[in-house]
Amino acid sequence: MAKFIIDGKKIEAENGATVLDAARENGIEIPTLCTHDEVGSAGACRLCVVEVKQGNRAKIVASCLYPAEDGIAVDTKSERVMAVRRLVLQLLLARCPGSGLIQDLAEQMGVKPEPRFTADTDKGKCILCRLCVRTCEQVVGVSAIGFSFRGADKTVGTPFHENSQVCIGCGACAYICPTGHIEMETTKTGDSRTIWGRTFKMATCKVCGRYFAPEDQLKYISRTAGVPLENLAVCISCR
Amino acid sequence: MSKIKTLDDLNQAGKRGLAALIPSRIKIMVGMATSGIASGAQEVYNALEAEIKERNLDIILSRTASMGMDCMEPLVDVLLPGKPRLAYSKMTAKKAPALLDQVAKGTIEAIKPFYRMDEEEFIVLGGAKRYFKGAAPAYLRGIPTIQEIPFYKKQVKIATRNCGLIDPESLDEYIAKGGYFSLYKALTGMKPEAIVADVIASGLRGRGGGGFRTGLKWKSCRDAEGEIKYVICNGDEGDPGAYMDRSVMEGDPHSVIEGMIIGAFAIGSHEGYIYVRNEYPLAVKNLAFAIAKARKCGLLGKNIFETGFDFDIKISKGAGAFVCGESTALMASLEGAAGEPRAKYIHTVEHGLWDRPSNLNNVETWANVPAILTRGGKWFAGIGAKNSTGTKVFSLVGKINNIGLVEVPMGTPLKDIVYEIGGGIPGGRKFKAVQTGGPSGGCIPEKLIDLPVDFDELRKAGSMMGSGGMIIMDDRTCMVDIAHYFIEFLESESCGKCVPCREGIRRMKDILEEICAGKGQAGDIELLQEMSKAIIDGSLCALGGSAPNPVLSTIQYFRDEYEAHISEKRCPAAVCKALIAYSIDKKKCTGCGVCRKKCPVKCITGEKKKPHVIDRKKCIKCGACYESCKFDAVTVK
Repeated sequence: MAKFIIDGKKIEAENGATVLDAARENGIEIPTLCTHDEVGSAGACRLCVVEVKQGNRAKIVASCLYPAEDGIAVDTKSERVMAVRRLVLQLLLARCPGSGLIQDLAEQMGVKPEPRFTADTDKGKCILCRLCVRTCEQVVGVSAIGFSFRGADKTVGTPFHENSQVCIGCGACAYICPTGHIEMETTKTGDSRTIWGRTFKMATCKVCGRYFAPEDQLKYISRTAGVPLENLAVCISCR
Repeated sequence: MSKIKTLDDLNQAGKRGLAALIPSRIKIMVGMATSGIASGAQEVYNALEAEIKERNLDIILSRTASMGMDCMEPLVDVLLPGKPRLAYSKMTAKKAPALLDQVAKGTIEAIKPFYRMDEEEFIVLGGAKRYFKGAAPAYLRGIPTIQEIPFYKKQVKIATRNCGLIDPESLDEYIAKGGYFSLYKALTGMKPEAIVADVIASGLRGRGGGGFRTGLKWKSCRDAEGEIKYVICNGDEGDPGAYMDRSVMEGDPHSVIEGMIIGAFAIGSHEGYIYVRNEYPLAVKNLAFAIAKARKCGLLGKNIFETGFDFDIKISKGAGAFVCGESTALMASLEGAAGEPRAKYIHTVEHGLWDRPSNLNNVETWANVPAILTRGGKWFAGIGAKNSTGTKVFSLVGKINNIGLVEVPMGTPLKDIVYEIGGGIPGGRKFKAVQTGGPSGGCIPEKLIDLPVDFDELRKAGSMMGSGGMIIMDDRTCMVDIAHYFIEFLESESCGKCVPCREGIRRMKDILEEICAGKGQAGDIELLQEMSKAIIDGSLCALGGSAPNPVLSTIQYFRDEYEAHISEKRCPAAVCKALIAYSIDKKKCTGCGVCRKKCPVKCITGEKKKPHVIDRKKCIKCGACYESCKFDAVTVK
């Protein structure tokens, strides 16, 4: 067990826990955008920064990755911490002016847009939190999407933005996207869905007859789990 | 090539090498590092080769790399048996026949040598070897010795000890200079702990930028748990205007390899990687050649020096991303992933490449190791400054007379580097500032010219050592424009992983762009400072963590220039195009017409021998008229 202090409160954390884990366990809220129970932390959004003091030294760290250590004193709302969070939100407000999630977070924290930052018009609502890419890799296991380019030009998508041959149309990326940037369109009848530029034919439930999953997804599950395809022909509601 | 397994084998190779370095026949060496080739050394070499063949001369023609004085390339060294070594600067293919004529005659009439060398230093072994006995021949006494050339006078070469002196492809020559004796000593006579202790005692700090103590890093990696450990050489030098590591890799690849083998033995590693950018083709080639040769001779591979120690090195070519110089991004790239850094709360010496303990040092750091091992940590610690021991290689570029690579003891005053070694500012202009530490370093102003250059002093002045790039600026440099330049570079090199760096740097760039365009607003300086602090605090890696330095340091030392741009819409250095205008002084203009002919948009008119005028509506402010006017009649405000 690691014994340390967060916001003046003495707490204990399991070995291997992060400062964020420990804070949340003790009811201390730290905002995050790129961490998720299913895929872990990337340390990319920097909203979860906290100030860690050890002896005479103080540093700003990402609480989602920083291990809870004996003897440290963590300040989750220091002046330096708030300055970073404020800037991160102002930068994201300028990047994704249409994102309700960012607007709400900014409002909660009393952050106003910085008038010197011209709002972007080409980034959509993507804040590059990487949740979709990590979900596709770690949860789904196909890595159909990844990053292209670097810096401000960085985008999420399929390689060369061509139709992906490994995408199974599961839509997990769209589901996990916190801002609603990833679009998945389904036809009125529900017989097909389109994501990342590719249209997937949907399979019907053998029992209720409704479209319930892309055929490619069922084939993928059958192949990887070793379950015969016919065992997957019934939707969750009818199972 | 026979195997090198024993001390006797090493001595034999050294003897062969010495006979090649200082032969009993005439030897001509062409400096063929990238700097030489860029100035035409290949043509010079080809011309000499053809001429020697045609005249059937008994001359050894060989290649070497660069002695550092790039502004004098191509450099050709001539060594006549029993005579001083002569260096000819700015050689051309055309001059080849004349040079061979005077070499045959033993004169210096047709082409005057740049300098002579009476002796060659053997820094690893200690001491020097004279090329001849007695006094220098009378006809050469008027030629300055290399020590009399201001560029070389204050230099102490440890990391670049062999550059420009040996053929980088010759293992024998490297051994003759004391190479691989340190490795022999380490493997056959030292315990790994003792090696680590000696490197700690040397005080050597990482030459790649961070300045972390090399010995302590080795110790942490040695102590880290894990059977498989890696040593890595960071050759991903990406700062604009910096080429220290390139020169070492091109000129003395074995020094890096030997350093890595010693480090691997000390740490307990059997696998090494050199990560080098593919934009350094000659460095890649020379390293690959040296590794293959070392492997052939048994200096890499299994059972080195029959001690049972195995170690080998692979080269990994990077695609030239600046961020891949950051250790965790480099390791990600080595693994085949995109070059993005990760948080280093768990150090790479414990969990690095493929999650195993990994020790990464920069090229220059590795190259210092063999010298430290043979001469001892104490010897190294006695050179340089108290907390920054040894020497540091710097690339002197920008507005400076002697453009080139210099190696000086740490703590050398900036003034000596700029005015003595660098020879001051071209055109007698005024020194304004020097950017040290690469794009994320800082600008040091003229008032701090006496600053001793070491890790701590540079940091105190708001800059950093970085890998050792020094960009000199004169009074015609606009500091806002310079800050914009560096920030723009960093914006394009940000990997894009974390928000403060990816989004923050480009917003800073936008604001700087507006200031330069005369659209700066009150409060911009404070906003830039505030953003800088949050970006430094909030960024994931050192790229973002140091990116605002050029802005902060230029604001710190040249705030008045920012204010002039913002409130007066004026660029004091007359650089920012939106804020300047060119005009011709009627009283000074002689009507010579040179500016009229030089103007690319034909906006200058005037009759012969009568004052000319610039049409400001058409003027693109390129400055061609200003540069070409011999009568200072063109003014810019």
